[in-house]
Amino acid sequence: MEIHGVSKSFGEQEVLRDVDLVVEPGEIFVIMGPSGSGKSVLLKHVIGLETPDAGEVLVDGKSATAEGIRDHCRMAMVFQSGALLNSLTLAENVGLYLREHQLKPEPEIEQIIDEKLTLVDLTEARDKLPAQLSGGMRKRAAIARALVIEPQLLLYDEPTSELDPLMAATVGREIVNLQRRQGVTSMVVSHDRDLAFGIADRMALIRDGRILCVGRPEEIRANGDPAVAEFLNANFKHEPESSE
Amino acid sequence: MLSDIGRMLLLLRETLISLPAAWRQRAKVFDQLFEIGNASLFMACLLSLFIGGVLALQTGPVMSDRGVTSFIGGMVGLAMCKELGPVMMAVLIAGRIGSAIAAEVGSMRAYQEIDALRTMNINPIHYLVLPRLIAICVALPLLVVFSTLIGWMGGALVVVVNPAINLSYTGYVNSLGDMVAGGDILNGLIKSLVFALIIGLVSCHQGMETIGGPRGVGRSVTKAVVNSIALILVFDYFLTRMMINL
Repeated sequence: MEIHGVSKSFGEQEVLRDVDLVVEPGEIFVIMGPSGSGKSVLLKHVIGLETPDAGEVLVDGKSATAEGIRDHCRMAMVFQSGALLNSLTLAENVGLYLREHQLKPEPEIEQIIDEKLTLVDLTEARDKLPAQLSGGMRKRAAIARALVIEPQLLLYDEPTSELDPLMAATVGREIVNLQRRQGVTSMVVSHDRDLAFGIADRMALIRDGRILCVGRPEEIRANGDPAVAEFLNANFKHEPESSE
Repeated sequence: MLSDIGRMLLLLRETLISLPAAWRQRAKVFDQLFEIGNASLFMACLLSLFIGGVLALQTGPVMSDRGVTSFIGGMVGLAMCKELGPVMMAVLIAGRIGSAIAAEVGSMRAYQEIDALRTMNINPIHYLVLPRLIAICVALPLLVVFSTLIGWMGGALVVVVNPAINLSYTGYVNSLGDMVAGGDILNGLIKSLVFALIIGLVSCHQGMETIGGPRGVGRSVTKAVVNSIALILVFDYFLTRMMINL
């Protein structure tokens, strides 16, 4: 997946500025950055939900907005809010892709739904509506729905937000497992430093729509840029005021 | 306004292109039909009964005074099937179903459900717009037929019970039969089909164009209902003008 010189503005607001990135097949690439830095918009460009004002996004050599790109390369996205269809039960949400494209017979679809819901520990909630679930459960259900597509490229928008530390660790491990078991290329947008340094093969730091640095986690830690250091070292400790 | 009309025409074009996918969406079409019937049948019955009754009540005594009672049935019959049935049912459906469509599609847009459909390579036009548009186009003409019949009955009821109207039930029915032709009913059905397209397109378009959260959804619902009713009345004039000459 290649991003070449992508810029995007919404009205007067410049959200992405000349972004260049390359994500290699089979790697877990994490984009970190503060809220409002353009991470989610970048992800939407990769899956073709947004069109860049300048530059291009290539997935397996074809433009991300090209006709039939999702037939050429199976892609899925886990939205920050989950984006489950509120009128459907959890099981119907998970099976939606297979049913709408009539890819499998009904008994097999039911079996796949059970399998994916077991994977994210939601078997007992299969007949509940999204409104009856917690934010974390909705996020896990969205992951199950994305896995049904058996994606080659899987995009995660803040996959651990609203999750408790145990479930966040489970999701992090699942992202790694998918890469190891099926060679899924993953692009993760997050401001969770533990997750990012725990799962990333390579990572990038974005701020105000610009990529500040790209590299392996140890290279990012060693980066001397003050903006990078500020983001990585931010903590809750109270700085004592100077007595003078 | 002009860009809205342009985008609605594009939506219509895309929906027409996606018509071959309609059979696959039949379950959703039936769901929508059930919802429309469930939401509007009782209200359609009530409105039509009283509209037919008021027509007879307003015109009956005046026509009796002038000795032309034999036209009351025909007048109620024509007004119901050519004008009041199609327009009142369209306004009812715009308010009850158009608003529901704009709210549902608008919420899906605001909460990224439509984006999620796109990422799953599911065309939102096939999944959301097509079943709703087909269901309205089937339901509204049927409601108009139903409304017309109930309106005629409402008129008959008033004629029979009101002593100021000097006409029997048989006289009312004969007058209606003499003056209302099949073409008049067809006239109302054509109007209702155009109104159904307007309601479906405006509501889906407003829903798909929703920006922002709950406030955006509220704005879309208001615009869907107001624009639908305005377009229904404007088109009603031009359709009437066109069909008078046929």
